[in-house]
Amino acid sequence: MNEHVKAPAAPRTLPRESATFDAYTLSEIRRAAATGIYDIRGAGAKRKVPHFDDLLFLGASISRYPLEGYRERCGTNVTLGTRFAKKPIELKIPITIAGMSFGSLSGPAKEALGRGASAMGTSTTTGDGGMTQEERGHSQTLVYQYLPSRYGMNPDDIRKADAIEVVVGQGAKPGGGGMLLGQKISARVAKMRTLPEGIDQRSACRHPDWTGPDDLEIKIEELREITDWEKPIYVKVGAARPYYDTALAVKSGADVVVVDGMQGGTAATQEVFIENVGIPTLAAIRQAVKALQDLGMHRRVQLIVSGGIRNGADVAKALALGADAVAIGTAALVALGDNDPKWESEYEALGTRAGAYDDWHEGRDPAGITTQDPELMKRLDPVLAGRRLANYLSVMTLEAQTIARACGKSHVHNLEPEDLVALTIESAAMAQVPLAGTQWIPGANGAF
Amino acid sequence: MTAGAARAMNATVETHAFDLAKSSVRDLNAALHALKPGSNASLWRVANPRGLHAIAAGLDAPVTVEVDGPAGYYCAGMNKQATVIVRGAAGVGVAENMMSGFVHVEGDASQAAGATAHGGTLVIDGDAGARCGISMKGVDIVVKGSIGHMSAFMAQAGTLTVFGDAGDALGDSIYEARLYVRGSVKSLGADCVEKELRDEHRKELFERFRLAGIDGQIDPSEFRRYGSARNLYHFHVDNASAY
Repeated sequence: MNEHVKAPAAPRTLPRESATFDAYTLSEIRRAAATGIYDIRGAGAKRKVPHFDDLLFLGASISRYPLEGYRERCGTNVTLGTRFAKKPIELKIPITIAGMSFGSLSGPAKEALGRGASAMGTSTTTGDGGMTQEERGHSQTLVYQYLPSRYGMNPDDIRKADAIEVVVGQGAKPGGGGMLLGQKISARVAKMRTLPEGIDQRSACRHPDWTGPDDLEIKIEELREITDWEKPIYVKVGAARPYYDTALAVKSGADVVVVDGMQGGTAATQEVFIENVGIPTLAAIRQAVKALQDLGMHRRVQLIVSGGIRNGADVAKALALGADAVAIGTAALVALGDNDPKWESEYEALGTRAGAYDDWHEGRDPAGITTQDPELMKRLDPVLAGRRLANYLSVMTLEAQTIARACGKSHVHNLEPEDLVALTIESAAMAQVPLAGTQWIPGANGAF
Repeated sequence: MTAGAARAMNATVETHAFDLAKSSVRDLNAALHALKPGSNASLWRVANPRGLHAIAAGLDAPVTVEVDGPAGYYCAGMNKQATVIVRGAAGVGVAENMMSGFVHVEGDASQAAGATAHGGTLVIDGDAGARCGISMKGVDIVVKGSIGHMSAFMAQAGTLTVFGDAGDALGDSIYEARLYVRGSVKSLGADCVEKELRDEHRKELFERFRLAGIDGQIDPSEFRRYGSARNLYHFHVDNASAY
């Protein structure tokens, strides 16, 4: 009789995907096996790292009183380059546009950045490849990057700039050089860089005529001599050893130190580099500030922080931790129209989707921003895109002011670490503020 | 007579004496930067340079500056138009990023001589250290002695002419610059190869000798030419170890 009863099927477990060998990892292994070349892409680190989202403001209470949101003044201006420069930079808002090259970006995109920043009284920054008329003509305040490649570098443009930024590294790739693939080396880009058209161009990772802080000090002296000590000189480093790099930049004579965390974008770098070299922005700020404080130079040498700044809360948190200003790159491109869902079908044709598109080096950006293709470039209206950027900067500024007023501050620079708590132990340790609901600051009494 | 001395003699009329034992480099450069067009006959004699840095940096006028002794880092940096003569040794980065003009070092030069220079002529009577002509972008460099390792690294355009020997890794990752060496080359860098020396190159060399004030004294055929194999111009996985 038993042989007529069918045994019940044994329950099966659901298909289980590995947390270690997740779908992205598997796709990367297959891609590497098929091509034999590492993956190159734009943007910054995409992995989840402790960030400003892990911090909260406490706001005012009985012991601290707030300012009226729409009546009481809350200043946002910042002066950069007060240490040595005869002509420091005065900005109306503490949000600047980070260095992005003509070459990686189209001419109209550079123009739009200039228009948007100028409308809000802030600065833009050149990049590898030199200064273009689009950005100088439309930027009220322009910072000229002094890079290892020295492409397009010339004393006339230096004198036209409002400040000079000596680039030692960037957050997406501390210790790495640049790369611009042949698709983007148009005739104009090639001429500006003194290179053959259409080649895959690599930029040096190290400056050709100085190494180390002692040389850098002499290099900065030369740049000051060439510009008659007028222009503020920034030193930009990728966040890796921010305490020592900041201290050495100050020792070398910098007016302003720029620290760029690993979420800061790049035009083109190896994925493995972007995701595995450098430290998060949140982890870098307090170390940089401590270096300035230890040297008695906090607020005398200004600190600009970049890498993953997205909104006014991020701005307020960076300032509260001790920065004087922030810089935005990726967010500014998004404001212009990068990764906009209106180009979804075209992103899909490129094998990606809006919001995830990062093959900026390939020069096929549907939004016409990270391209040198004349047809794609036409899609970006620099006036309209500039307006969008100005709007976005305005919102960020209003948001930062809202938070500052809630904390009782009449200037965004009056925000302080005491206004903050952390949601996680990691962020509490990195930002050196208490874990929310406790008085515990992990590592507070220890060395870095 | 050296080419620099000949140029100095041509510059007559107004002579200024500047003593760096009494005034600063900052004062010197400010005075030189203040020169207006039309002051092209002036000759500036700079005494007691004592290895100070950034002497005559950022000039943009057709003046002649004679530095009477050793200069420190970045002498004649970013030069335009001016003739700068160093009667002694020059430190790191002499004539770095020069755009035009003429820089003559009568002694030896340290590292990175003529780095990233876009134009003009740099003549070094003695030896040059490592990375001579690194990232050069159009300058003509003539070294009458030898040059150190990693010279003409990523050199993009211009010529580097060396009467003596070259150190290790000459022309590593070179683009379109042309290198001429009369003596031995210890080793060539990635993507740098010896190329045929044709008549056009002999002519070019002859022109470089003239720039250095020694035309007619050396046979261009004694030189060998080096340049880019152009194998690294397009990324290819089989070349990965060379990047």
